[in-house]
Amino acid sequence: MSASRPLDAGPPLAATVVARVEESPGVFTLRVRLDDPGAQAAYRFAPGQFNMLYLYGAGEVPISIMSDPEERDAIGHTIRAVGRVTQGLAALGPGDAIGLRGPFGRGWPLREVSGSDVVLVTGGLGCAPAVSVIHYVLRRRERFGKLVIIQGVRHADDLIWREHYDRWAKLPATQVLVAADVATPLWPWHVGRVTDLFGLARFDPEGAVAMMCGPEGMMRTAGNGLLALGLPEARLYLSMERNMQCAVGRCGHCQIGAAFVCHDGPVFSWGEMKTLLGRRGF
Amino acid sequence: MFPRTGRAGFLPLGEMPRLVGELMRLGYECLGPTVENGAIAMRGLATADALPRGLKTEQEKGTYRVTRDPANRYFAWANGPQGIRPHAFASRESLWRVARDTGGALSFEPVTVDAPKQALIGVRACDLAALAIQDTHFLRGGRVDAHYAARRAALFLVAVQCAEPAATCFCASTGDGPTPVTGYDLALAELAEGFVVEAGSEKGQAVFDGLNLPPASDAQLASVRTQGEAAAAAQTRSLPAAALHGALMSRLDHPRWDDVAARCLACTNCTLVCPTCFCHAEVDEVAVDGDTTEHARVWDSCFGEAHGHLHGFNVRPDVRTRYRQWLTHKLDTWHDQFGRSGCVGCGRCIAWCPAGIDLTEEFAALTAGEVAA
Repeated sequence: MSASRPLDAGPPLAATVVARVEESPGVFTLRVRLDDPGAQAAYRFAPGQFNMLYLYGAGEVPISIMSDPEERDAIGHTIRAVGRVTQGLAALGPGDAIGLRGPFGRGWPLREVSGSDVVLVTGGLGCAPAVSVIHYVLRRRERFGKLVIIQGVRHADDLIWREHYDRWAKLPATQVLVAADVATPLWPWHVGRVTDLFGLARFDPEGAVAMMCGPEGMMRTAGNGLLALGLPEARLYLSMERNMQCAVGRCGHCQIGAAFVCHDGPVFSWGEMKTLLGRRGF
Repeated sequence: MFPRTGRAGFLPLGEMPRLVGELMRLGYECLGPTVENGAIAMRGLATADALPRGLKTEQEKGTYRVTRDPANRYFAWANGPQGIRPHAFASRESLWRVARDTGGALSFEPVTVDAPKQALIGVRACDLAALAIQDTHFLRGGRVDAHYAARRAALFLVAVQCAEPAATCFCASTGDGPTPVTGYDLALAELAEGFVVEAGSEKGQAVFDGLNLPPASDAQLASVRTQGEAAAAAQTRSLPAAALHGALMSRLDHPRWDDVAARCLACTNCTLVCPTCFCHAEVDEVAVDGDTTEHARVWDSCFGEAHGHLHGFNVRPDVRTRYRQWLTHKLDTWHDQFGRSGCVGCGRCIAWCPAGIDLTEEFAALTAGEVAA
């Protein structure tokens, strides 16, 4: 996985918000640009990696990168306003200054899975770390087989990027399956859980690679469902989330068993996480 | 292994100030045992002859007392609440600072460490073993922590063989003491007539050479070995060194976790006195005028409520999961990260636990009948 600058505990680079998009109530996207044009031009990331975004006086939060890796003029982050820092970031708009460190961690295994069907199973805002994979695959369409995008939300109103799903669903060899636990009157997709949709998904389980991101309970159920379809365990990956403060495997907060999620992850193979995934206390 | 024939010198008892004076001459701030708030702390020595004698400690579960050593030795005390950790991994330090101008633009600058040259006199084998673990964590390839590296490089470590372990000590069972093996600049062993001294590094050798000591006699070397064996034999607690890996992660649902959780106060004392714990929080401290802020790191503990905080929920919401996190990490998954257990047998977590929880007892109860001590 490429990192454009050495893993660094700081200080962050100065950056400026260039656009803010309200995605759904409480969920917003900040597109930011590093102030130093050379640093912005040199910035590279792998889908699945994250940045530490710094809000003046409040602190840093780890946010996965959702923009296209080929996009050079800005870096996109989709954020839910839930804590002190993210609520502060929600109040920012174009022209506001922040700090950025990154990218950090291990991204999705995209080089290794060239030639395979790609199945993405995401829940809630778990679609954010996966959307850069979708961009990556669509830009290199000939290198991959079928693309299956399965997204679940608790409530229909939580679904973001609805127009993206509509657009992707029309592409060749691309399937979009969406489910909401709770629907609204005009909800066009499935009502229920993402695992209900596995029967509709058309891919070759033995030759596919699956990537999951979302609540751990959802990933455990979905992972077991994919394995039951015949997906080899070594081709099942997931992205984990934990409290992260240093982002370089030092501060200790993100540990799950022996793994430092910020450094060894956030993307892990199923085999690395299966014993502790969703286990209370880890 | 200390002491080695042909390498060890002898420093008569009355000449300890020569060693301290030599270190002071080389520009080191010399730190030795001082009684502070009723416990031994490593603090600066004002003069070369200021190293105190006759201090001893009595330690048990939830108990720590400084007493007088009738033999009036320099190093009869077993340990204080802190080892070397704060001298390399500062308990609080600024990592970088940010200034905000009137237009809202931010400028970031790193904080560089002006590390004091410190000589620690009286470092124990358990603490050297713990420092080696901290070195691995903070200095591992490609991830070198500049703050730690600067403080660490400025340390001069004068180790001393533990002749009188406390009742809480179990370094012999973890393989980390009581005689220093490696990781020191100078090693000492205190005998009735003086010190057997040996260098363990280049900068230690320079000090050793400057002292111009006569060689230690064979009888003195034999006494040091006997003293080390006796100190090991005197330890009553133990942790089975070889059998830790996998022992607790395979017992995550053991009822003993509930039992210990009912006693544990989650006060964080064990993690703050542990010489191998590395967790730290990062915090922003804004100046009163709001124009500048310091981004600092502060020692943190997995027993604290905020440690496992994630948006919307807490990964470890109760004391049971926090104690289990600490012990499973320290004794079990630590092996995957560092190739050894995270416990060096210093016993501090036992003495400084206000609830008198003893990790060797907890480990034994969790693995009863299956792991040989």
